[in-house]
Amino acid sequence: MSKVKKTPLTGDQAVAYAMKQIDPDVVAAYPITPQTEIVMSFSNYVANGQVSTEIIPVESEHSAMSACVGSAAAGARTMTATSANGLALMWEIVYIAASTRLPIVMPVVNRALSGPINIHCDHSDTMGARDSGWIQIYCENAQEVYENTILAVRIAEHKKILLPVMVCQDGFITSHGVEGVELFDDKKVKDFVGEYKIDDPLLDVDHPVTYGPLDLQDYYFEHKRQQSEAMKNALSVIPEVSEEFAKVFGTKYDFIEEYKLADAEIAIIAMSSAAGTVKFVVDELRKKGVKAGLLRPRIFRPFPKEKIAAALKNVKAVAVLDRSESFSAEGGPLYTDVKAGLYDSGVKPLAMNYIFGLGGRDLFPADINKVYTDLRDVLKTGKVKTALNYLGSRE
Amino acid sequence: MADKLKNWKNIPIGGKITKAGNAAEYNTGSWRTFKPEKNEKKCINCLFCWIYCPDSSIKVEDGKMVGFDYEHCKGCGICASVCPVKCIDMKKEEK
Repeated sequence: MSKVKKTPLTGDQAVAYAMKQIDPDVVAAYPITPQTEIVMSFSNYVANGQVSTEIIPVESEHSAMSACVGSAAAGARTMTATSANGLALMWEIVYIAASTRLPIVMPVVNRALSGPINIHCDHSDTMGARDSGWIQIYCENAQEVYENTILAVRIAEHKKILLPVMVCQDGFITSHGVEGVELFDDKKVKDFVGEYKIDDPLLDVDHPVTYGPLDLQDYYFEHKRQQSEAMKNALSVIPEVSEEFAKVFGTKYDFIEEYKLADAEIAIIAMSSAAGTVKFVVDELRKKGVKAGLLRPRIFRPFPKEKIAAALKNVKAVAVLDRSESFSAEGGPLYTDVKAGLYDSGVKPLAMNYIFGLGGRDLFPADINKVYTDLRDVLKTGKVKTALNYLGSRE
Repeated sequence: MADKLKNWKNIPIGGKITKAGNAAEYNTGSWRTFKPEKNEKKCINCLFCWIYCPDSSIKVEDGKMVGFDYEHCKGCGICASVCPVKCIDMKKEEK
């Protein structure tokens, strides 16, 4: 392997650096832990004249997303960033951004949504927004956060998609941990993202258009139907854009990552940074001859059910790790979507759910080992004892 | 009216209106439950109805009230209410 130059960056700094290279026309944001460092670092680039971005410091996240909607509709490439309660305060406009079909890119640093108030990682913030019409990418580490921020621009702005994208990373674990990140050449990034062009920009005063008019019983449904179609299109367009990304930058991103899954009998499904810990345990178990594997969904919206079903086709027992609770009394959001996705596929491994890591509760290799031990029991007995489990909670 | 509505493939995305000044094309007359009708004999052409109509649906020619724009009149009845000689009746719309 040739030596590559890596720069020590936190996940937040990696996002800021990607934003610097993207050089968006407008960034409107409000600080919130653990996202603050993204906009703070990016503001430095603005202050130093290293980007041409107009930065709008606003009085709340509701205003931040509102400014983003106006800016993107005006014809400007627009970004913001947030976490947890900030995302919650944006809520109304988060839906409006998607339904107005504005390709805003928003890095989200996952943090537990209050209450009780907590600033540490879980996915309750973005999982709540899973039905908002945004594309959601979940990143394992700083390198992926950096690359996906760049990739997200092209996904969002693709003519067949035109939907906003959240690029999610784990609060503190990824956002504040320093890793070596391989950075791309400025010009390559600039060429890859290209120029922002949308149809009917508000600032084209020779062709006046109306954004956001009242839409009642006669057409609202058709506009929602278009949104469904755009999300379905994303399933076929994202691989095309990823292919182009791979040609330029070398990394091939798929909807899911499979780790030692091909011959696995038991598997864990987990997203974001937890996957790193799972991989470590899989390696340990493999040394002992245990056929353990990992499936990491990278893209949660649209939900890649066919990829997941194909990847699980030889797996006999699977544990889905959810870093958020959906309070459906039926398990976490990843678990219920995986199960629903498998319904028509004929692939039916024994399945369990583990809610873990809420409010930043650490996930240790011992926890993962426990899950694989449970999976081996399930494999032996052919029966799931408890479908819904709480990993790392004091029971 | 329903047969004139376009399907999702034939409308701009995101609820945008891509043409300016097209509100007149929106036939709000279909909303009407009660329809205003004028008694020609009683009308004194004071044009109170013209002033008060919130939808500009009173037709006026040569300073005289000559009828209603039923494509856009929503049947609110304000014209009948403000008419000083009560020459406008609101009649149940026959569908």
